Amino acid sequence: MSSTFDTVANIIAETCDIPRDTIKPESHAINDLGIDSLDFLDIAFAIDKAFGIKLPLEQWTQEVNDGKATTEQYFVLDNLCARIDGLVAAKGA
Amino acid sequence: MRLEYFQLIDRIVALDLDARTVKAHAKIPPTSTIFEGHFPGHPLMPGVLLIESMAQTSGWLIIGLTKFERMPFLASVREAKLRTFVSPGQTLALTARIIHEGSGFTITKAVIEVGGKAVADSELTFRLTPFPDPNLRAGMKLVAAAIGFPPQPSLASEGTAGGAEPAQRQ
Repeated sequence: MSSTFDTVANIIAETCDIPRDTIKPESHAINDLGIDSLDFLDIAFAIDKAFGIKLPLEQWTQEVNDGKATTEQYFVLDNLCARIDGLVAAKGA
Repeated sequence: MRLEYFQLIDRIVALDLDARTVKAHAKIPPTSTIFEGHFPGHPLMPGVLLIESMAQTSGWLIIGLTKFERMPFLASVREAKLRTFVSPGQTLALTARIIHEGSGFTITKAVIEVGGKAVADSELTFRLTPFPDPNLRAGMKLVAAAIGFPPQPSLASEGTAGGAEPAQRQ
């Protein structure tokens, strides 16, 4: 069974045509990988489907816009995967 | 269909929010300056307008689900297939269904049929935002009233492709 990171990295590689070996846990989806908001919708769709969750993108965007969170908290892949794991765990609770 | 106003849907004939589906009709006008250029001597409904008609059909479904609290803006067109020529004067039977409701975005699958035969289909992604201007929301409510959105229960039974001829707007 692949890890959350492997699944997410494969989704990003396939969706955005980014070489898989350049996608690291410490990569920032926007700043390092150059993923724009439209591509991120496709990624969110694939993540939602793969994990049976609904990434709260609107809430995250609002928190960043309000200065209550940084983009690193949501878009560095390690952090993103931790949040996915949290959403999966909450779904099963 | 009022091409000059980019209002491509004549009538919403069925809306099922539980099933997340919508059906609409649209009659392509027999004449338009668009057909003089597309193409001279061989008038065809442009594929981009068929895609837009699928987007507008999907949009009404999303507006129904969000109860006029969100405006869907087309963000992505995927796997658009224009299967055959569509000509002036033909009536489109459009259907759309939700295939994913994300956070701030929705993806639909839409199909156009003419005479019971599929002529176009596509997967469409929309960004959903609060209405950026109250005038837009008011304007969309006016359009909704004109195209019978949401449809009355008595109209819902007409929602099959190739069903009742849509009311024409002047």
